[in-house]
Amino acid sequence: MVDLVIIGGGPAGLAAACKAWESGLRDILILERDKELGGILNQCIHNGFGLHRFGEQLTGPEYAGRFIDMLKNTGVKVQLDTMVLEVTPDKKVHCVSKTEGYQIIEAKSIVLGMGCRERTRGAIGTPGTRPAGVYTAGAAQRYVNMEGYMVGKRVLILGSGDIGLIMARRMTLEGAKVLACVEVMPYSGGLTRNIVQCLNDFNIPLYLSHTIVDIQGKERVEKAIVAEIGPDRKPIPGTEMEFDVDTILLSVGLIPENELTKQAGIEMDPRTKGAVVYENMETSIPGVFACGNVVQVHDLVDFVSGESELAGVAAAKYVQNGPVQEGRVLAVKPGKDLGYTLPQRIRVEGVEKSTNVSFRVRRICGKSTILVKSGDQVIAKFKRERLAPGEMEHIALPRVLLDKAPVDELTIEIEEA
Amino acid sequence: MYDVAIIGCGVIGAAAAYALSRYENKVVILEAENDVADCTTKANSAILHAGYDPAPGTKMARLNVRGVELAKEICAKLDVPYKQCGSLVLALSESELPHLQHLYENGTANGVPDMKILTKEETLAMEPNLSENVCGALWAPSAAIVSPWEYALAMTEVAVRNGVELRRSCRVEDAEAMADGGYRLTTTQGTVEARYVINAAGIWTEKVHCMVEPASFHITPTRGEYYLLDKSEGTRVNHVIFQCPNELGKGVLVSPTVHGNLIVGPDAVPVHGDDTSCTSKGLEFVKATAQRSVPSINFGESIRNFAGVRANLDVDDFIIGEEPEAPGWIDLAGMKSPGLSAAPAVAEEAVGILKGHGALGAEKADYKDGRRHIRFKELSAEEKAKLVKEQPAYGRVICRCETITEGEILAALHSEVPATTIDGVKRRAGAGMGRCQGGFCGPRVLELISKELGMDPLDILQDKNGSNVLVSETKVGGKSNG
Amino acid sequence: MKEVICTCCPKGCHLQVDEANDYKVTGNGCPNGIAYGKEELTHPTRIITSTVRAEGGLHPRCPVKTSKPVPKGQMAEVVAALDSIVLHTPIHVGQVVVENVCGTGADIVTCRNMD
Repeated sequence: MVDLVIIGGGPAGLAAACKAWESGLRDILILERDKELGGILNQCIHNGFGLHRFGEQLTGPEYAGRFIDMLKNTGVKVQLDTMVLEVTPDKKVHCVSKTEGYQIIEAKSIVLGMGCRERTRGAIGTPGTRPAGVYTAGAAQRYVNMEGYMVGKRVLILGSGDIGLIMARRMTLEGAKVLACVEVMPYSGGLTRNIVQCLNDFNIPLYLSHTIVDIQGKERVEKAIVAEIGPDRKPIPGTEMEFDVDTILLSVGLIPENELTKQAGIEMDPRTKGAVVYENMETSIPGVFACGNVVQVHDLVDFVSGESELAGVAAAKYVQNGPVQEGRVLAVKPGKDLGYTLPQRIRVEGVEKSTNVSFRVRRICGKSTILVKSGDQVIAKFKRERLAPGEMEHIALPRVLLDKAPVDELTIEIEEA
Repeated sequence: MYDVAIIGCGVIGAAAAYALSRYENKVVILEAENDVADCTTKANSAILHAGYDPAPGTKMARLNVRGVELAKEICAKLDVPYKQCGSLVLALSESELPHLQHLYENGTANGVPDMKILTKEETLAMEPNLSENVCGALWAPSAAIVSPWEYALAMTEVAVRNGVELRRSCRVEDAEAMADGGYRLTTTQGTVEARYVINAAGIWTEKVHCMVEPASFHITPTRGEYYLLDKSEGTRVNHVIFQCPNELGKGVLVSPTVHGNLIVGPDAVPVHGDDTSCTSKGLEFVKATAQRSVPSINFGESIRNFAGVRANLDVDDFIIGEEPEAPGWIDLAGMKSPGLSAAPAVAEEAVGILKGHGALGAEKADYKDGRRHIRFKELSAEEKAKLVKEQPAYGRVICRCETITEGEILAALHSEVPATTIDGVKRRAGAGMGRCQGGFCGPRVLELISKELGMDPLDILQDKNGSNVLVSETKVGGKSNG
Repeated sequence: MKEVICTCCPKGCHLQVDEANDYKVTGNGCPNGIAYGKEELTHPTRIITSTVRAEGGLHPRCPVKTSKPVPKGQMAEVVAALDSIVLHTPIHVGQVVVENVCGTGADIVTCRNMD
């Protein structure tokens, strides 16, 4: 029986492991499917990580390296090249590796940190032929940054998610011509600094409210036809532009990787596509926690680390003190203009001083007030200059306010000035 | 000089090769693409039809019913994913009920076993997610789902094991009758001479036929577009769900696949050659039409759209037989639906023709039939543990969506008909077939191909010749400095 | 007046920079924006990240970066300077690969360990 099994040795798993160790757990095992720790950060060689956490701009590998170094000072065990195949509701973890064979590990607590995967062409139904040369931005990133291969010479980026923007710059600096970035929404899905540094710096046009309506080419991509999207979300005839490209990179969203979670019978939130969690990142199975991109897709790894440390502490407490006393539970609901909230439930007894709630808005809002309501009563207000779907928001709700909530439900909504 | 040259290694060519490999004959398969099952066979509905559609008395009717019987045996023997889940043809209005009766009578005449016309209640009890508009259905329990490419591959593997020669990337460009019988085929890999030719070139059968004689048949490649949905939708229905043909067309089917996904499609649009592009119009039609049968399909779970072309003929039957003006030239043409269902029976016909010529050798005494495919994810925990202990490569999962291990990929790369491309590995081992569509495992599969086959990564193909995945190295200046 | 989007942090403040008035910055959320706004219009700089060849490790490339921002106009030149570099394991994070790359005053340093 292991005190804590952590599935995934990326930023979430690393932070959870370090913190659980710091909280006194001594029997911790990380199961990582790759040959090294660090997860997706290893291929994110651009900088901009760690400003919140370390007060400096680090590259992905450097950020991962800091946590890997921290982990080296602990007794946390790590099993690499190990794939978890199943997690059972009674916390048995089935996994397999070349060296250890097929294992069934019984755990007192589990942290799920499997991260996310990229949406593919199939998910968005882009018409046309199916030649080589259409890659998700992350797959291309791995080839270029880790394997040392270019995936194309003339590139069109579909979607303005951060990885797509970052790859526009990477491909350009490695000698490719990036012709444009095309975004179906009227706003970018990526961080503004990436628009500036990855597109504007290289004069790469960003076409908002546009999409690819046809991919041509038999064996390898030869052309992409792009058209403007009307208010009915359909292409506007006559607006077609032709791009002679051999490569299309897709940056059209990330989906939390929750097959293990679903298989375990853990309650899911269709909005986040991750597990429903309590204030301490605990899922509907007591002692099973979820953090990082597996529970909500983040734009900044710093917040993944924070959230995962919360899960690490909670897992340690669970093993040391047993389950959290249920007490009063507040359901947190996304109200007007919100896509989701996380956590979805707050056990008031589990909150010491305050608890964080993160969410995304569904549209760009100017100067706004974030209202936290319980029934008809506004229990908290937060001011923001600007809110965008591409940028996750965080608010801290003090325990004293939670205690005063008149009903067992909190709704968070936006009031634009 | 070969006894028989089979042109094309789709499911028809593969079935012919498999059938012929039992006999002491020198057989060669000439496949234009760089892998077998790389055209119609890899992109279709993956259904073995019960056989109530074809008009009684046609070859199509007879071979369909016979074919699905044979398919069941072959799939069991060759470890091909196969599931006899049965099919339902829905009547979505009262006016469609007579059509069910018509199909029932057809089926009875064709020898389709155990069919039944179901009431609305019986139908909904079997498939609760069907539209409320269902008025009844024709139940045909002998219909099945199959992995079409593995079916063709498995038959090719056994054929190759038993001495049939397979030449890939060997396109037949011309054919001429030789003076003393037989044919000289000019291919992209030189000339091939054979006493008999089996033309199983799919959508190109007419073109190939015309190399020796004007064809009496005309093929119109007809494209069908599909959605493939994630396993989360894989149990939306548990049988193959057809619609009655109406003024909008033949209707589209909704079916589970043997891999656990849900397939939805196709439409039918005549195209030139192997135009397998998808269109927004076609996909919208497929979606809207499928929702008439199963309104609750969540198309948000789509993992891939694809299109396949089928060799539609100008007559409503298969063309199977010897060209009268070209003795020894055997056409297996017009293998539109139910071509996949009929394949092994079609092969029997070809064997029969050769037998009629006295061209068939004796049965091989040391014939090695059968095949096993280790599928790690289908094993029990104990079996997995044992396998990994014996062969550690099965302990490394390469494709996380489909749980495909390195051991399975190595098996694909070293099989009797080895994979040489990323999609070749996909068709054999299943890596990259899942929800991330190879985003995660693609680079890892590429690395394995490079290592195992000693190939430069820059030469590794996604699928067909010319579909290179990578275009150059980064930091080329350092290459010689290393 | 020019609008500059601040990239000091992910917030992305929309800065108004008054060129006629000694690059006076407004719209900044923190003091970093003042310096950034002026610099972006007078001598813009960027941190450059890329890779170099690495031999003997788990991967054939090692990520590297400039130790400090370099003039934006020299980006291509700096990347070109990395083309023929080959590192051999063991590699330690922060190891200097090129000193004073292209005369920018910045070094090229490695971003990870590689055994």
